Amino acid sequence: MFDINALLNSLPYMGKGMLGIFVVTSLIVLVVNALNNIPEKKENKNREEK
Amino acid sequence: MGVLIENFASVTFPQVVMWIIGALLIFLAIKKEMEPSLLLPMGFGAILINLPNSGAKHIIDVMFRIGIDNEFGELMPLILFIGIGAMIDFTPLLTNPKLMLFGAAAQFGIFFTLCLASFFGFDIKDAASIGIIGAADGPTAIAVSMELGSKYVGAIMVAAYSYMALVPLVQPPIIKLCTTKKERLIRMDNTAGKAPSKLTKILFPIVVTVIVGLVAPDAVALIGFLMFGNLIRECGVLNSLSETAQKVLANLVTTFLGITIAARMRADEFLKIDTLLIIGLGLFAFIFDTFAGVMLAKIMNLFSKKKINPMIGAAGISAFPMSARVVHKMGLEEDNQNFLLMHSIGVNVSGQIASVIAGGLILTFFR
Repeated sequence: MFDINALLNSLPYMGKGMLGIFVVTSLIVLVVNALNNIPEKKENKNREEK
Repeated sequence: MGVLIENFASVTFPQVVMWIIGALLIFLAIKKEMEPSLLLPMGFGAILINLPNSGAKHIIDVMFRIGIDNEFGELMPLILFIGIGAMIDFTPLLTNPKLMLFGAAAQFGIFFTLCLASFFGFDIKDAASIGIIGAADGPTAIAVSMELGSKYVGAIMVAAYSYMALVPLVQPPIIKLCTTKKERLIRMDNTAGKAPSKLTKILFPIVVTVIVGLVAPDAVALIGFLMFGNLIRECGVLNSLSETAQKVLANLVTTFLGITIAARMRADEFLKIDTLLIIGLGLFAFIFDTFAGVMLAKIMNLFSKKKINPMIGAAGISAFPMSARVVHKMGLEEDNQNFLLMHSIGVNVSGQIASVIAGGLILTFFR
């Protein structure tokens, strides 16, 4: 019933899976930060022009 | 008359057990208001399919093949994702994007449970399907378990939706075990960050789809439909369509999905020791999701001047919006001026995205 080998074989998937999620979410965080800055700069420019 | 007696006589004990399970699901849906839109049709379907010589078996099997198990993919879960995407307001997340990290951490339960299920002797694809209960996201669980060809779809669905409904009971003791009173009292700034622009809200679903599609192509159908629903909501020119997706479409598909899942709740398939084991493992998935989210917040507090209330990490479990409400309520119980809702909703919606990414990664690994 208990399969230690299967457990050991599945552990790398835990590592890869969590790493994968953190890589993708970190990328999204970076892009969202960039998106949040774009309109701000444009608005500032518009205000300066006025 | 003979046919009537024959039918009565052919009722088996396992069928009666399934009627009781069906009645229990209906009771939880109506009396306790636990995920009623899904548990009610699932419960009714469980009774319908387990009547002796049920004439509904064939049509429910056909519905299952059309909606979930067909050569083109998992049609219903994906359509449901359009409705869910239209329901989600990502503003709290866009205001404070780093909240997404909690959503990522709170997927740990999926992979932990995958390992645990392997240890209990499940084949790796079934183990992955059981682990995905920890996504706390019904459509993702259905899509992944069907795609991996798991024979436990019925049990996985019952576990996933039951635990989603039980989040207010499952999470608080774990959160309390992992945090001190002092940590639970940490107040967070509710005025932090400026509101995202309309352009950001429109670009967000497109950008997320492209990023996830490039990194985990197998997740692109799931995330794409979720984000498409959100784009309908945020574009500002399809308000009527957005309303329909959020309400009529989501309700119709959920009802259809619930009764269809009953195709996998036949007594001979469902009443096994494995089912009990899957329901137990599902609980572990939810517990370790909660644990990991809280722990990440505690770790971040070690390095950050601006302290985070670690309870918000628990909202990274994708059960939306129950988990966010649980955290908010717990914050108020500790200090009636501690309003965590804005932060916990941000973490909660990030969990929604992260759970879909986790589902996609699992498909990438095991398909």
